[in-house]
Amino acid sequence: MIALEKRPEPSRAFSLAAPLLAVAATMFFGGVLFALLGKDPFEAIQTIFWEPLFGQHWRYYSPQLLIKGAPLVLIAIGLSLGFKAGIWNIGAEGQYIMGALFGAGVGLAFYPTESVFIFPLMVLAGALGGWLWAMIPAVLKVKFGTNEILVSLMLVYVAEQFLASMALGLMRNPQGMGFPGSRNLQQYASAHNAELLSGTGMHWGVVAAFIAVIFGYVLLARHRLGFAIRVTGDAPRAAAFSGVNPARLVLFCLGMSGLLAGLAGVFEVAGPAGQVTIDFNVGYGFTAIIVAFLGRLHPVGILLAAALMALTYIGGDIAQSKLQLPAAAIQVFQGMLLFFLLALDLFTNYRLRLGRKEVV
Amino acid sequence: MDLSSINPIFFFAGFFVAATPLIFAAVGELVVEKTGVLNLGVEGMMIMGAICGFAVAVESGSPLLGFLAAAVGGAALSLLFAFLTQVMLANQVASGLALTLFGLGFSALLGQSYVGVKPPRLPDVNFGILGDIPVFGPIVLSHDIILYLGLVLVVAVWALLKYSRVGLVLRAVGENHDAAHALGFKVKRIRTLAIMFGGACAGVGGAYISLIRVPQWTEGMTAGIGWIALALVVFASWKPLRLLLGAYLFGGLVQLQLNLQAAGVAIPVEYLAMSPYVMTIVVLVLLSRDKGAAPGSLGRIFHASS
Repeated sequence: MIALEKRPEPSRAFSLAAPLLAVAATMFFGGVLFALLGKDPFEAIQTIFWEPLFGQHWRYYSPQLLIKGAPLVLIAIGLSLGFKAGIWNIGAEGQYIMGALFGAGVGLAFYPTESVFIFPLMVLAGALGGWLWAMIPAVLKVKFGTNEILVSLMLVYVAEQFLASMALGLMRNPQGMGFPGSRNLQQYASAHNAELLSGTGMHWGVVAAFIAVIFGYVLLARHRLGFAIRVTGDAPRAAAFSGVNPARLVLFCLGMSGLLAGLAGVFEVAGPAGQVTIDFNVGYGFTAIIVAFLGRLHPVGILLAAALMALTYIGGDIAQSKLQLPAAAIQVFQGMLLFFLLALDLFTNYRLRLGRKEVV
Repeated sequence: MDLSSINPIFFFAGFFVAATPLIFAAVGELVVEKTGVLNLGVEGMMIMGAICGFAVAVESGSPLLGFLAAAVGGAALSLLFAFLTQVMLANQVASGLALTLFGLGFSALLGQSYVGVKPPRLPDVNFGILGDIPVFGPIVLSHDIILYLGLVLVVAVWALLKYSRVGLVLRAVGENHDAAHALGFKVKRIRTLAIMFGGACAGVGGAYISLIRVPQWTEGMTAGIGWIALALVVFASWKPLRLLLGAYLFGGLVQLQLNLQAAGVAIPVEYLAMSPYVMTIVVLVLLSRDKGAAPGSLGRIFHASS
């Protein structure tokens, strides 16, 4: 009989190995899935993981890595703070939408004035939008003890409807010949989040993502607040005795993750997306949850995990056009990754023992 | 605006139809939570049920076979959650989320060839002469067998939890898993069975959306109903009969906003469509003081040697 025995200390080695093993397992079972769909599994896996980086069109795909990775990093860094402390913000998708709407709203309100202050103002508005949207579950949790998981998630659906209403109504392009969607901010110089170096995919959102990684690292490793977050997650009672104020922690963690998700939204709407449309959000807020876990809730890990997820997005797109692999297959692939990771994490805290009989 | 276009009989009959997916999903989750497990994957299991039920109903031509397949599909997916949380001792919140993300993707993959297909119709139960009772007949006695099954299920779960030994064991495991373990109950086995029951219920609820309420298959068609079901369990403070009341409240609200949309009220469609979600939040706030009713071991990981 195989029994589980708790390790005296969590294994650091396994904690680092688990994501790699999870990726390997996902590749294997993903390959099985692709084979069941009637595709050559080796070609599919190669298309997803190899083609964007080393294929013949890598120059075209590599900027996409930054464009798709930046929002994931921004959102996941914010989420990881809360997840560490046991505060579950599941509604980053909604905060991302609200950030984009606030930011785009400011930009569109100034149209067609040209000024260097417009873009910074939009960024601030975007951060504010995401923060405000996240403060709803935060304040409700602190004041009334409502479950932040359900409230933040409900607000995703509310934000999606709000986005639709904006794209069809208030923010619709008056010169758009009746088509839904706002003016294209890429054609409005003062509001455009343009590439900083042309052809690299490097825009202000990418810069912000790198700053967020550093910020997250310093906060968790060096700051008192980071200590409070870690203690609350590991031992809530000990945290209370050491003087951590749980209400403040909830407000901070949810607020911060909302703010970062809002930033991701505004950089996206002013840059790669360009306009407010009904289908503006593509699920970064949910994928970022996987990124946060895959990165072990550690800022540097999140950076690597986001790169990997961005790769599956790009590779998935290529596989879709080249191998007619359905778009949903990539979603399954990403979900699988989280499954394997959660399962393998067992061995970080426990080890297998052979030969003991089960008692009950 | 033309409110007279709303037929009150159809409107109230719609209450029951709109509430049924919620009833199934929520009553399943209630049993799961009673054993101390928080499964946030309801949305994922519902959508799996929706596609499994839809596909089997279309292929076999039998809606009842479809519902059976939906229960199996939901339970199969929930088994993944049971494996993660009971065997691999993974965090329940994260595992539930994984289940939802995976379920949404997997169902979209399975459902590709079913977009735009019309499923076979499940006939309404014939109550004979009772169905002719004015108002009551067309509103209450004009539905399919699954809807009534949902009502029976709620009452059965209520009776089981309250009066039977099985119910007592379930509650004991949920209130204090260490004590239940010390008494010799197999905590993990009981929880796994409860999780599978929850999955089967969520699956049937999902299939009720794709086979009867809509009836059609589109990606992500459960649109948060699984999450509302989770909120409903809190709303009902883990009591099956209160859950029924809550489900009708939400069903009514969904029905009302759909009817108002159709009647062309001056409120934009998007704001009407928001209302069930906003309402869920409001209800959660109003009832949040009643926290004492939650099972004691809810969400906590059980490992025998610790």
